[in-house]
Amino acid sequence: MNQLADRPKWNWDVVWEHLPAIWGGMVVIIQATLAGITIAMILGLFLALGRRSERRWISWPFAAFIDFIRSTPLLIQLFFVFFALPEMGIVLGARTSLILGLGVHYATYASEAYRAGIDAVDKGQWEAATALNLGTGTTWQKVVLPQAIPKVIPALGNFLVAMIKDAPLGSSIGVAGVLFVARSIGSQTFFYVETMTMAGILFLVVSVPAALFVQFLERKYGYEAA
Amino acid sequence: MPDLILSPSNYARLMEGLVVTMQVLIGSVILGSLLSLFFGIGRLSQRAWVRRASSVYVEFARGASAIILLFWMFFALPILFGIRGWSPMVAGILALGVNMGAYGAEIVRGAVNSVAKGQTEAAIALNLSNTQRLRHVVLPQAVPVILPPYGNLAIEVMKGTALVSLITLSDLAFEVQKLRVNSVVIADSATTPMLYLNVLAIYFVLAFLIDRVFKLAERRVAAKFGVKPPRRKRAGRPTAGVGVTG
Repeated sequence: MNQLADRPKWNWDVVWEHLPAIWGGMVVIIQATLAGITIAMILGLFLALGRRSERRWISWPFAAFIDFIRSTPLLIQLFFVFFALPEMGIVLGARTSLILGLGVHYATYASEAYRAGIDAVDKGQWEAATALNLGTGTTWQKVVLPQAIPKVIPALGNFLVAMIKDAPLGSSIGVAGVLFVARSIGSQTFFYVETMTMAGILFLVVSVPAALFVQFLERKYGYEAA
Repeated sequence: MPDLILSPSNYARLMEGLVVTMQVLIGSVILGSLLSLFFGIGRLSQRAWVRRASSVYVEFARGASAIILLFWMFFALPILFGIRGWSPMVAGILALGVNMGAYGAEIVRGAVNSVAKGQTEAAIALNLSNTQRLRHVVLPQAVPVILPPYGNLAIEVMKGTALVSLITLSDLAFEVQKLRVNSVVIADSATTPMLYLNVLAIYFVLAFLIDRVFKLAERRVAAKFGVKPPRRKRAGRPTAGVGVTG
Protein backbone atom coordinates (compact mmCIF):
# COMPACT_ATOMS: atom_id res chain seq x y z
CA MET A 1 0.00 0.00 0.00
CA ASN A 2 2.70 2.46 1.02
CA GLN A 3 4.62 1.55 -2.03
CA LEU A 4 1.67 2.61 -4.11
CA ALA A 5 1.22 5.82 -2.18
CA ASP A 6 4.90 6.75 -2.58
CA ARG A 7 4.86 6.22 -6.30
CA PRO A 8 5.05 9.30 -8.48
CA LYS A 9 1.63 10.37 -9.66
CA TRP A 10 2.62 10.26 -13.28
CA ASN A 11 5.14 7.84 -14.76
CA TRP A 12 6.32 8.51 -18.31
CA ASP A 13 7.99 5.10 -18.66
CA VAL A 14 4.62 3.47 -18.28
CA VAL A 15 3.25 5.68 -21.02
CA TRP A 16 5.93 4.72 -23.57
CA GLU A 17 5.85 1.07 -22.62
CA HIS A 18 2.12 0.62 -23.10
CA LEU A 19 1.38 3.14 -25.82
CA PRO A 20 1.58 0.60 -28.69
CA ALA A 21 -0.82 -1.82 -26.98
CA ILE A 22 -3.36 0.90 -26.25
CA TRP A 23 -3.07 2.25 -29.78
CA GLY A 24 -3.73 -1.30 -30.96
CA GLY A 25 -6.96 -1.16 -28.98
CA MET A 26 -7.84 2.09 -30.71
CA VAL A 27 -7.33 0.44 -34.10
CA VAL A 28 -9.81 -2.26 -33.08
CA ILE A 29 -12.31 0.50 -32.26
CA ILE A 30 -11.79 2.19 -35.63
CA GLN A 31 -12.25 -1.09 -37.52
CA ALA A 32 -15.43 -1.93 -35.63
CA THR A 33 -16.76 1.55 -36.33
CA LEU A 34 -16.08 1.33 -40.06
CA ALA A 35 -17.77 -2.06 -40.28
CA GLY A 36 -20.65 -0.81 -38.12
CA ILE A 37 -21.30 2.31 -40.19
CA THR A 38 -21.41 0.17 -43.34
CA ILE A 39 -24.20 -1.93 -41.84
CA ALA A 40 -25.96 1.18 -40.55
CA MET A 41 -25.90 2.84 -43.98
CA ILE A 42 -27.36 -0.16 -45.79
CA LEU A 43 -29.82 -1.30 -43.14
CA GLY A 44 -30.83 2.30 -42.46
CA LEU A 45 -31.98 2.78 -46.06
CA PHE A 46 -33.92 -0.46 -45.89
CA LEU A 47 -35.59 0.61 -42.63
CA ALA A 48 -36.43 4.01 -44.09
CA LEU A 49 -38.11 2.44 -47.11
CA GLY A 50 -40.10 0.07 -44.90
CA ARG A 51 -41.09 2.92 -42.62
CA ARG A 52 -42.37 4.94 -45.57
CA SER A 53 -44.53 2.14 -46.92
CA GLU A 54 -48.12 3.07 -47.56
CA ARG A 55 -49.32 -0.25 -46.20
CA ARG A 56 -49.78 0.16 -42.47
CA TRP A 57 -49.03 -3.46 -41.68
CA ILE A 58 -45.57 -2.92 -43.16
CA SER A 59 -44.83 0.59 -41.94
CA TRP A 60 -46.04 0.05 -38.38
CA PRO A 61 -43.62 -2.79 -37.42
CA PHE A 62 -40.77 -0.80 -38.96
CA ALA A 63 -41.72 2.29 -36.97
CA ALA A 64 -42.02 0.28 -33.77
CA PHE A 65 -38.65 -1.39 -34.32
CA ILE A 66 -36.94 1.94 -35.03
CA ASP A 67 -38.47 3.58 -31.98
CA PHE A 68 -37.69 0.68 -29.69
CA ILE A 69 -34.04 0.34 -30.69
CA ARG A 70 -33.49 4.08 -30.57
CA SER A 71 -34.98 4.48 -27.11
CA THR A 72 -33.09 1.71 -25.34
CA PRO A 73 -29.45 1.51 -24.27
CA LEU A 74 -26.92 0.15 -26.73
CA LEU A 75 -25.20 -1.63 -23.84
CA ILE A 76 -28.23 -3.84 -23.17
CA GLN A 77 -28.60 -4.44 -26.89
CA LEU A 78 -25.00 -5.63 -27.00
CA PHE A 79 -25.69 -7.93 -24.05
CA PHE A 80 -28.70 -9.26 -25.92
CA VAL A 81 -26.67 -10.02 -29.03
CA PHE A 82 -23.78 -11.54 -27.13
CA PHE A 83 -25.52 -13.38 -24.27
CA ALA A 84 -29.10 -13.99 -25.41
CA LEU A 85 -28.81 -14.80 -29.12
CA PRO A 86 -26.70 -17.92 -28.46
CA GLU A 87 -29.67 -19.39 -26.56
CA MET A 88 -31.71 -18.89 -29.70
CA GLY A 89 -29.10 -20.72 -31.71
CA ILE A 90 -27.18 -17.70 -33.05
CA VAL A 91 -23.63 -17.69 -31.73
CA LEU A 92 -21.53 -14.66 -32.63
CA GLY A 93 -18.05 -13.68 -31.53
CA ALA A 94 -17.50 -10.60 -29.38
CA ARG A 95 -16.29 -8.43 -32.25
CA THR A 96 -19.08 -9.50 -34.58
CA SER A 97 -21.59 -8.82 -31.82
CA LEU A 98 -20.21 -5.32 -31.35
CA ILE A 99 -20.32 -4.58 -35.08
CA LEU A 100 -23.86 -5.92 -35.37
CA GLY A 101 -25.03 -4.02 -32.27
CA LEU A 102 -23.51 -0.73 -33.45
CA GLY A 103 -24.79 -1.26 -36.98
CA VAL A 104 -28.39 -1.96 -35.99
CA HIS A 105 -28.50 0.77 -33.34
CA TYR A 106 -27.26 3.43 -35.72
CA ALA A 107 -29.29 2.08 -38.63
CA THR A 108 -32.37 3.29 -36.76
CA TYR A 109 -30.87 6.76 -36.52
CA ALA A 110 -29.73 6.66 -40.13
CA SER A 111 -33.22 5.61 -41.26
CA GLU A 112 -34.62 8.88 -39.90
CA ALA A 113 -31.98 10.80 -41.84
CA TYR A 114 -32.79 8.89 -45.03
CA ARG A 115 -36.47 9.52 -44.47
CA ALA A 116 -35.87 13.26 -44.17
CA GLY A 117 -33.71 13.15 -47.30
CA ILE A 118 -36.37 11.26 -49.27
CA ASP A 119 -39.11 13.59 -48.06
CA ALA A 120 -37.02 16.53 -49.21
CA VAL A 121 -37.07 15.35 -52.83
CA ASP A 122 -39.40 17.65 -54.73
CA LYS A 123 -42.87 16.31 -55.38
CA GLY A 124 -42.56 17.30 -59.02
CA GLN A 125 -39.83 14.69 -59.42
CA TRP A 126 -42.28 11.95 -58.50
CA GLU A 127 -44.90 13.37 -60.79
CA ALA A 128 -42.45 13.62 -63.63
CA ALA A 129 -41.43 10.01 -63.09
CA THR A 130 -45.08 8.97 -63.22
CA ALA A 131 -45.62 11.06 -66.34
CA LEU A 132 -42.65 9.34 -67.99
CA ASN A 133 -44.23 6.01 -67.08
CA LEU A 134 -41.24 4.87 -65.03
CA GLY A 135 -41.77 1.82 -62.83
CA THR A 136 -41.52 2.00 -59.04
CA GLY A 137 -38.05 0.43 -59.01
CA THR A 138 -36.71 2.74 -61.68
CA THR A 139 -38.23 5.80 -60.01
CA TRP A 140 -36.44 4.98 -56.74
CA GLN A 141 -33.16 3.95 -58.31
CA LYS A 142 -32.77 6.57 -60.98
CA VAL A 143 -34.78 9.53 -59.73
CA VAL A 144 -35.41 9.66 -55.99
CA LEU A 145 -32.43 8.06 -54.28
CA PRO A 146 -29.74 9.83 -56.36
CA GLN A 147 -31.22 13.10 -55.16
CA ALA A 148 -31.93 12.02 -51.59
CA ILE A 149 -28.66 10.35 -50.65
CA PRO A 150 -26.30 13.34 -51.08
CA LYS A 151 -28.45 15.25 -48.59
CA VAL A 152 -28.09 12.46 -46.08
CA ILE A 153 -24.30 12.20 -46.20
CA PRO A 154 -23.52 14.91 -43.60
CA ALA A 155 -25.92 13.25 -41.16
CA LEU A 156 -24.27 9.90 -41.77
CA GLY A 157 -20.93 11.53 -41.05
CA ASN A 158 -22.23 12.67 -37.69
CA PHE A 159 -23.37 9.15 -36.92
CA LEU A 160 -19.91 7.88 -37.79
CA VAL A 161 -18.42 10.23 -35.20
CA ALA A 162 -21.07 9.24 -32.66
CA MET A 163 -20.38 5.58 -33.35
CA ILE A 164 -16.66 5.94 -32.63
CA LYS A 165 -17.68 7.17 -29.20
CA ASP A 166 -19.94 4.19 -28.58
CA ALA A 167 -17.58 1.54 -29.91
CA PRO A 168 -15.60 1.24 -26.61
CA LEU A 169 -18.77 -0.27 -25.13
CA GLY A 170 -17.48 -3.44 -26.70
CA SER A 171 -15.15 -3.83 -23.72
CA SER A 172 -18.21 -4.96 -21.74
CA ILE A 173 -18.52 -8.07 -23.88
CA GLY A 174 -14.78 -8.64 -24.14
CA VAL A 175 -13.77 -6.85 -27.35
CA ALA A 176 -10.12 -5.90 -26.89
CA GLY A 177 -10.70 -2.23 -27.70
CA VAL A 178 -8.91 0.74 -26.23
CA LEU A 179 -10.79 0.68 -22.94
CA PHE A 180 -10.40 -3.05 -22.47
CA VAL A 181 -6.64 -2.89 -23.06
CA ALA A 182 -6.18 0.16 -20.83
CA ARG A 183 -8.16 -1.46 -18.07
CA SER A 184 -6.39 -4.78 -18.18
CA ILE A 185 -2.97 -3.13 -18.15
CA GLY A 186 -4.20 -0.96 -15.28
CA SER A 187 -5.39 -3.92 -13.28
CA GLN A 188 -2.08 -5.74 -13.74
CA THR A 189 0.19 -2.80 -12.94
CA PHE A 190 -2.06 -0.41 -10.99
CA PHE A 191 -0.98 2.37 -13.34
CA TYR A 192 -4.60 3.36 -13.86
CA VAL A 193 -3.91 7.08 -14.15
CA GLU A 194 -1.48 6.64 -17.03
CA THR A 195 -3.38 3.95 -18.91
CA MET A 196 -6.81 5.55 -18.62
CA THR A 197 -5.48 8.99 -19.50
CA MET A 198 -3.68 7.55 -22.52
CA ALA A 199 -6.87 5.83 -23.60
CA GLY A 200 -8.71 9.15 -23.28
CA ILE A 201 -6.10 11.12 -25.20
CA LEU A 202 -5.72 8.59 -28.01
CA PHE A 203 -9.47 8.60 -28.25
CA LEU A 204 -9.61 12.37 -28.61
CA VAL A 205 -6.80 12.21 -31.17
CA VAL A 206 -9.14 10.15 -33.37
CA SER A 207 -12.58 11.51 -32.51
CA VAL A 208 -11.93 15.25 -32.56
CA PRO A 209 -10.29 15.32 -36.04
CA ALA A 210 -13.05 13.02 -37.30
CA ALA A 211 -15.67 15.44 -35.98
CA LEU A 212 -13.86 18.43 -37.50
CA PHE A 213 -13.55 16.62 -40.83
CA VAL A 214 -17.27 15.89 -40.87
CA GLN A 215 -18.02 19.53 -40.03
CA PHE A 216 -15.80 20.55 -42.92
CA LEU A 217 -17.59 18.18 -45.29
CA GLU A 218 -20.90 19.49 -44.05
CA ARG A 219 -19.93 23.07 -44.82
CA LYS A 220 -18.46 22.18 -48.17
CA TYR A 221 -21.12 19.84 -49.50
CA GLY A 222 -24.07 20.10 -47.15
CA TYR A 223 -25.47 23.40 -48.32
CA GLU A 224 -24.54 22.89 -51.92
CA ALA A 225 -26.63 19.73 -52.05
CA ALA A 226 -29.50 21.19 -50.06
CA MET B 1 -41.70 -20.35 -26.24
CA PRO B 2 -40.73 -19.46 -22.68
CA ASP B 3 -42.77 -17.05 -20.59
CA LEU B 4 -42.47 -13.37 -21.30
CA ILE B 5 -43.15 -12.61 -17.67
CA LEU B 6 -40.40 -13.05 -15.11
CA SER B 7 -40.93 -14.21 -11.55
CA PRO B 8 -41.94 -11.60 -8.92
CA SER B 9 -38.59 -11.93 -7.17
CA ASN B 10 -36.82 -11.18 -10.44
CA TYR B 11 -38.93 -8.07 -10.94
CA ALA B 12 -38.18 -7.00 -7.37
CA ARG B 13 -34.47 -7.15 -8.16
CA LEU B 14 -34.94 -5.20 -11.37
CA MET B 15 -36.90 -2.53 -9.49
CA GLU B 16 -34.02 -2.15 -7.02
CA GLY B 17 -31.80 -1.55 -10.01
CA LEU B 18 -34.27 0.91 -11.47
CA VAL B 19 -34.00 3.03 -8.31
CA VAL B 20 -30.23 3.35 -8.81
CA THR B 21 -30.75 4.09 -12.52
CA MET B 22 -33.18 6.88 -11.59
CA GLN B 23 -30.75 8.34 -9.06
CA VAL B 24 -27.97 8.46 -11.63
CA LEU B 25 -30.34 9.87 -14.26
CA ILE B 26 -31.70 12.65 -12.06
CA GLY B 27 -28.24 13.53 -10.75
CA SER B 28 -26.72 13.74 -14.22
CA VAL B 29 -29.61 15.70 -15.70
CA ILE B 30 -29.35 18.29 -12.89
CA LEU B 31 -25.57 18.60 -13.27
CA GLY B 32 -25.84 18.53 -17.07
CA SER B 33 -28.48 21.25 -17.09
CA LEU B 34 -26.42 23.55 -14.89
CA LEU B 35 -23.39 23.05 -17.12
CA SER B 36 -25.51 23.53 -20.27
CA LEU B 37 -26.81 26.85 -19.07
CA PHE B 38 -23.46 28.02 -17.78
CA PHE B 39 -21.38 27.13 -20.83
CA GLY B 40 -24.14 27.76 -23.37
CA ILE B 41 -24.32 31.34 -22.20
CA GLY B 42 -20.55 31.37 -21.72
CA ARG B 43 -20.07 30.74 -25.43
CA LEU B 44 -21.97 33.96 -26.14
CA SER B 45 -20.09 36.05 -23.57
CA GLN B 46 -18.63 39.40 -24.53
CA ARG B 47 -15.34 38.40 -22.93
CA ALA B 48 -13.17 36.46 -25.35
CA TRP B 49 -11.55 34.25 -22.71
CA VAL B 50 -14.93 33.12 -21.37
CA ARG B 51 -16.03 32.27 -24.91
CA ARG B 52 -12.82 30.39 -25.57
CA ALA B 53 -12.90 28.45 -22.29
CA SER B 54 -16.51 27.47 -22.96
CA SER B 55 -15.71 26.20 -26.46
CA VAL B 56 -12.80 24.18 -25.13
CA TYR B 57 -15.13 22.52 -22.64
CA VAL B 58 -17.77 21.82 -25.29
CA GLU B 59 -15.34 20.39 -27.85
CA PHE B 60 -13.49 18.34 -25.27
CA ALA B 61 -16.52 16.91 -23.47
CA ARG B 62 -18.27 16.12 -26.73
CA GLY B 63 -15.19 14.57 -28.30
CA ALA B 64 -14.47 12.31 -25.35
CA SER B 65 -16.98 9.53 -25.24
CA ALA B 66 -19.12 9.11 -22.13
CA ILE B 67 -17.75 5.66 -21.43
CA ILE B 68 -14.11 6.81 -21.62
CA LEU B 69 -14.94 9.79 -19.40
CA LEU B 70 -16.68 7.44 -16.99
CA PHE B 71 -13.75 5.03 -16.72
CA TRP B 72 -11.29 7.86 -16.39
CA MET B 73 -13.27 9.44 -13.59
CA PHE B 74 -13.70 6.14 -11.82
CA PHE B 75 -10.17 4.76 -12.12
CA ALA B 76 -7.80 7.67 -12.70
CA LEU B 77 -9.35 10.70 -11.00
CA PRO B 78 -9.27 9.41 -7.40
CA ILE B 79 -5.61 8.35 -7.71
CA LEU B 80 -4.61 11.57 -9.40
CA PHE B 81 -6.15 13.74 -6.70
CA GLY B 82 -5.59 11.33 -3.82
CA ILE B 83 -9.29 10.95 -3.03
CA ARG B 84 -10.07 8.07 -0.68
CA GLY B 85 -13.33 6.17 -0.83
CA TRP B 86 -14.33 7.60 -4.21
CA SER B 87 -17.95 6.79 -4.89
CA PRO B 88 -18.90 5.22 -8.22
CA MET B 89 -22.22 7.08 -8.01
CA VAL B 90 -20.41 10.44 -7.96
CA ALA B 91 -18.10 9.33 -10.78
CA GLY B 92 -21.09 8.22 -12.85
CA ILE B 93 -23.07 11.41 -12.33
CA LEU B 94 -19.98 13.52 -12.98
CA ALA B 95 -19.13 11.74 -16.25
CA LEU B 96 -22.67 11.67 -17.64
CA GLY B 97 -23.39 15.22 -16.45
CA VAL B 98 -20.20 16.65 -17.98
CA ASN B 99 -20.94 14.85 -21.24
CA MET B 100 -24.55 16.02 -21.31
CA GLY B 101 -23.56 19.59 -20.47
CA ALA B 102 -21.51 19.85 -23.65
CA TYR B 103 -24.42 18.84 -25.87
CA GLY B 104 -26.84 20.92 -23.81
CA ALA B 105 -24.61 24.00 -24.07
CA GLU B 106 -24.92 23.84 -27.85
CA ILE B 107 -28.71 23.64 -27.57
CA VAL B 108 -28.80 26.64 -25.21
CA ARG B 109 -26.46 28.63 -27.42
CA GLY B 110 -28.54 27.95 -30.52
CA ALA B 111 -31.75 28.85 -28.72
CA VAL B 112 -30.39 32.09 -27.29
CA ASN B 113 -29.11 33.01 -30.74
CA SER B 114 -32.55 32.37 -32.18
CA VAL B 115 -34.17 35.01 -29.97
CA ALA B 116 -34.87 38.07 -32.14
CA LYS B 117 -32.13 40.67 -31.93
CA GLY B 118 -34.63 43.45 -31.38
CA GLN B 119 -35.42 41.92 -28.00
CA THR B 120 -31.86 42.43 -26.81
CA GLU B 121 -31.78 45.92 -28.25
CA ALA B 122 -35.05 46.79 -26.55
CA ALA B 123 -33.74 45.47 -23.24
CA ILE B 124 -30.64 47.62 -23.59
CA ALA B 125 -32.78 50.63 -24.47
CA LEU B 126 -34.81 50.01 -21.31
CA ASN B 127 -31.57 50.11 -19.34
CA LEU B 128 -31.81 46.54 -18.07
CA SER B 129 -28.57 45.07 -16.76
CA ASN B 130 -26.96 42.10 -18.52
CA THR B 131 -28.34 39.70 -15.93
CA GLN B 132 -31.83 41.18 -16.04
CA ARG B 133 -31.82 41.04 -19.82
CA LEU B 134 -30.86 37.39 -19.75
CA ARG B 135 -33.24 36.38 -16.98
CA HIS B 136 -36.33 38.30 -17.91
CA VAL B 137 -36.08 38.81 -21.65
CA VAL B 138 -33.83 36.39 -23.49
CA LEU B 139 -34.00 33.09 -21.59
CA PRO B 140 -37.80 32.94 -21.25
CA GLN B 141 -38.03 33.26 -25.02
CA ALA B 142 -35.30 30.68 -25.55
CA VAL B 143 -37.01 28.02 -23.41
CA PRO B 144 -39.60 26.92 -26.02
CA VAL B 145 -36.73 26.41 -28.49
CA ILE B 146 -34.60 24.59 -25.92
CA LEU B 147 -37.19 22.09 -24.70
CA PRO B 148 -37.75 19.81 -27.73
CA PRO B 149 -34.09 18.94 -28.38
CA TYR B 150 -33.48 18.90 -24.64
CA GLY B 151 -36.05 16.15 -24.16
CA ASN B 152 -34.24 14.05 -26.74
CA LEU B 153 -30.95 14.75 -25.01
CA ALA B 154 -32.45 13.59 -21.70
CA ILE B 155 -33.45 10.32 -23.37
CA GLU B 156 -29.89 9.89 -24.65
CA VAL B 157 -28.59 10.45 -21.11
CA MET B 158 -31.10 7.92 -19.79
CA LYS B 159 -29.67 5.40 -22.25
CA GLY B 160 -26.20 6.35 -21.07
CA THR B 161 -26.97 5.54 -17.44
CA ALA B 162 -26.67 1.85 -18.32
CA LEU B 163 -22.91 2.42 -18.54
CA VAL B 164 -22.58 2.92 -14.78
CA SER B 165 -23.13 -0.82 -14.40
CA LEU B 166 -19.57 -1.16 -15.74
CA ILE B 167 -18.14 0.77 -12.79
CA THR B 168 -19.76 -1.47 -10.14
CA LEU B 169 -22.99 0.51 -9.58
CA SER B 170 -25.92 -1.87 -9.20
CA ASP B 171 -28.32 -0.20 -11.63
CA LEU B 172 -30.83 -1.89 -13.91
CA ALA B 173 -28.18 -3.07 -16.36
CA PHE B 174 -26.11 -4.49 -13.50
CA GLU B 175 -29.06 -6.34 -11.97
CA VAL B 176 -29.95 -7.98 -15.26
CA GLN B 177 -26.39 -9.23 -15.65
CA LYS B 178 -26.57 -10.71 -12.15
CA LEU B 179 -29.92 -12.34 -12.91
CA ARG B 180 -28.54 -13.83 -16.10
CA VAL B 181 -25.67 -15.48 -14.25
CA ASN B 182 -28.07 -16.68 -11.53
CA SER B 183 -30.56 -18.13 -13.98
CA VAL B 184 -27.76 -20.14 -15.56
CA VAL B 185 -26.49 -21.34 -12.19
CA ILE B 186 -29.75 -22.17 -10.42
CA ALA B 187 -31.70 -23.08 -13.59
CA ASP B 188 -34.33 -20.41 -13.00
CA SER B 189 -37.30 -20.42 -15.34
CA ALA B 190 -36.24 -17.11 -16.88
CA THR B 191 -34.33 -17.53 -20.10
CA THR B 192 -31.69 -15.06 -21.10
CA PRO B 193 -33.56 -13.53 -24.09
CA MET B 194 -36.66 -12.92 -21.95
CA LEU B 195 -34.58 -11.31 -19.20
CA TYR B 196 -33.06 -8.82 -21.62
CA LEU B 197 -36.33 -8.14 -23.44
CA ASN B 198 -37.94 -7.28 -20.12
CA VAL B 199 -35.16 -4.89 -19.22
CA LEU B 200 -35.23 -3.30 -22.68
CA ALA B 201 -38.97 -2.81 -22.21
CA ILE B 202 -38.39 -1.06 -18.87
CA TYR B 203 -35.89 1.31 -20.49
CA PHE B 204 -38.34 1.89 -23.32
CA VAL B 205 -41.08 2.89 -20.87
CA LEU B 206 -38.63 5.23 -19.17
CA ALA B 207 -37.84 6.89 -22.51
CA PHE B 208 -41.54 7.18 -23.26
CA LEU B 209 -42.19 8.86 -19.89
CA ILE B 210 -39.34 11.34 -20.38
CA ASP B 211 -40.75 12.16 -23.81
CA ARG B 212 -44.20 12.78 -22.30
CA VAL B 213 -42.85 14.95 -19.47
CA PHE B 214 -41.06 17.18 -21.96
CA LYS B 215 -44.06 17.39 -24.28
CA LEU B 216 -46.18 18.45 -21.31
CA ALA B 217 -43.57 21.06 -20.35
CA GLU B 218 -43.54 22.32 -23.94
CA ARG B 219 -47.29 22.81 -23.88
CA ARG B 220 -47.24 24.56 -20.52
CA VAL B 221 -44.45 26.89 -21.55
CA ALA B 222 -46.27 27.62 -24.77
CA ALA B 223 -49.44 28.42 -22.85
CA LYS B 224 -47.59 30.61 -20.37
CA PHE B 225 -45.79 32.72 -22.93
CA GLY B 226 -48.47 32.54 -25.57
CA VAL B 227 -46.04 31.16 -28.12
CA LYS B 228 -46.80 28.29 -30.38
CA PRO B 229 -44.48 25.37 -29.67
CA PRO B 230 -42.28 24.57 -32.63
CA ARG B 231 -43.65 21.57 -34.46
CA ARG B 232 -41.75 18.70 -33.04
CA LYS B 233 -40.81 15.70 -35.04
CA ARG B 234 -39.26 12.60 -33.59
CA ALA B 235 -37.03 12.75 -36.62
CA GLY B 236 -35.34 15.70 -34.98
CA ARG B 237 -33.80 13.44 -32.42
CA PRO B 238 -30.58 12.38 -34.12
CA THR B 239 -29.29 15.93 -34.21
CA ALA B 240 -30.03 16.50 -30.52
CA GLY B 241 -27.31 14.57 -28.86
CA VAL B 242 -26.64 11.33 -30.51
CA GLY B 243 -23.51 9.76 -29.20
CA VAL B 244 -23.97 11.11 -25.74
CA THR B 245 -23.70 7.43 -25.52
CA GLY B 246 -25.86 4.56 -26.46
